[in-house]
Amino acid sequence: MTVNRQAYVVGAFEHPTRNAPDRSVAKLHAECALGALADAGLTLADVDGYFCAADAPGANPLWMADYLNLKLRWLDGTDSGGCSYLVHLAHAAAAIAAGHCNVALVTLAGRPRSEGLSIGTQMRAADPDRPDEPFDTAYRPTIAAVYGLVARRHMHEYGTTPEQMAWVKVSASRHAQHNPHAFLRKPVTVEDVLASPVIADGIRRHDCCVITDGGGAVVVTRPEIARSLDRPLVRLAGAGETVWTQNGGYIDATRSGAERSGALAFAEAGVTPGDIKYASIYDNFTIMVLIQLEDLGFSAKGTAGRFAAEGNLIAGQGRLPWNTDGGGLCNNHPANRGGMTKLIEAVRQLRGEAHPALQVANCDLALACGPGRVMGNGHGHATVILERE
Amino acid sequence: MPDATSAAIDALAARHPEMRPFWEAAAEGRFVLATCTACGRPHWYPRSVCPLCGSTDIDWRAASGRGSIYSVSVARRADPPYALAYVTLAEGPTMMTNIVDCDLDALAIGQPVRVIFRPGPTGLPIPMFTPDRGADG
Ligand SMILES: [Zn+2]
Repeated sequence: MTVNRQAYVVGAFEHPTRNAPDRSVAKLHAECALGALADAGLTLADVDGYFCAADAPGANPLWMADYLNLKLRWLDGTDSGGCSYLVHLAHAAAAIAAGHCNVALVTLAGRPRSEGLSIGTQMRAADPDRPDEPFDTAYRPTIAAVYGLVARRHMHEYGTTPEQMAWVKVSASRHAQHNPHAFLRKPVTVEDVLASPVIADGIRRHDCCVITDGGGAVVVTRPEIARSLDRPLVRLAGAGETVWTQNGGYIDATRSGAERSGALAFAEAGVTPGDIKYASIYDNFTIMVLIQLEDLGFSAKGTAGRFAAEGNLIAGQGRLPWNTDGGGLCNNHPANRGGMTKLIEAVRQLRGEAHPALQVANCDLALACGPGRVMGNGHGHATVILERE
Repeated sequence: MPDATSAAIDALAARHPEMRPFWEAAAEGRFVLATCTACGRPHWYPRSVCPLCGSTDIDWRAASGRGSIYSVSVARRADPPYALAYVTLAEGPTMMTNIVDCDLDALAIGQPVRVIFRPGPTGLPIPMFTPDRGADG
């Protein structure tokens, strides 16, 4: 056991902005830090461990620590793409258990919207040292087209349909209508999704997440400190992280790292998918939700399309209330990295602080998970299972 | 080899020296696969350490250039649209690539394809694929 139920999420804050041309990335990180600490009833002076990923200025933890003048004894700049913050929660728990820090701060922020980055249909900035870059520069695997490959293969192997994928968006939109901060609040129908333009074969516009500025932060601490604070007790029960490699080209594009990170998290928590009352599953694209539902064991391989089309993701009617904030598909996808907002909504559900129309009754066990970077070329994946004490 | 081609190879090889043989072969229109002499298996993308067994005994071997479409997605918002694809090579590995010289609306999973070199952004020929009308089945 690395987690051993000894780390508590005592502060959680999602920045209300979705468009921040008036704020620097550093200021957004700082506002998220202050928001999460205020939620916990702690201050910057209490923080002795700091965790951030490549969205932080300089892609390291030093510059934000300096900006906030943190007096640290533990730093972690692990970047695993959009799931980094779930990884950070697990790393914070391990650091706390090992005595390396008492109060861990994790921040995420970015502003792709005001910087005009429409990353779905354009290539990401090239890293010339990445060995695969000379090929990618030529082949132009935009993110939407890569997920198009994934969707079309899933359709080919399992008969998954665009209508089934659309149900993922429909479910998210029904939740987002209750979130005043959501980027897209209008409920959509399957017909609306199917009528939206094809970005790349297999992916329509409504299959894609939003592009938003903003961020979020969480504060993690040890049991004694958590019990001294005036917040509901939410602790980490199990965690798993991995990288799902390209495997030398011997691939199955319908499987994700959720298969491994999920199994690790369930084993550590000692629970099964059937025990989970609420799930935050990173929804960069609708197909990715289906694949993760299958890989985590919520639905047998090839059946998640049917699972979603039966309304199972919709809070109040389905078997697995999911992304009740509206998720990345409708609510928020700050810095093009969805892991933090997944974690925050899971904490809200466990505290009983989700929107009343969507709050899961007796929500005492929740899962949050997501991929990092892009399916098909060596993606990260992390899963965490949280429980209310 | 034209000077411009040599210069483009030198530029790529300056950063990725171990890839020089791949680009030199590509410049001659030959598609070679990094193949491990320890486990005998080819892999993609080319690595200097075999991703399947960890050996550093890697040989560049001529590929058949034949394969089939594992998945394909036409980027419809691009101008002009183009086909991103995974192609499973006859030798085993699946590689991300483009399908060119084709009817974008007629591409299908399972369709036989064969390698065809096209100039990449640096001017160097890069392996892409085109429907293999001569293939059996
Ligand atoms: Zn080998």
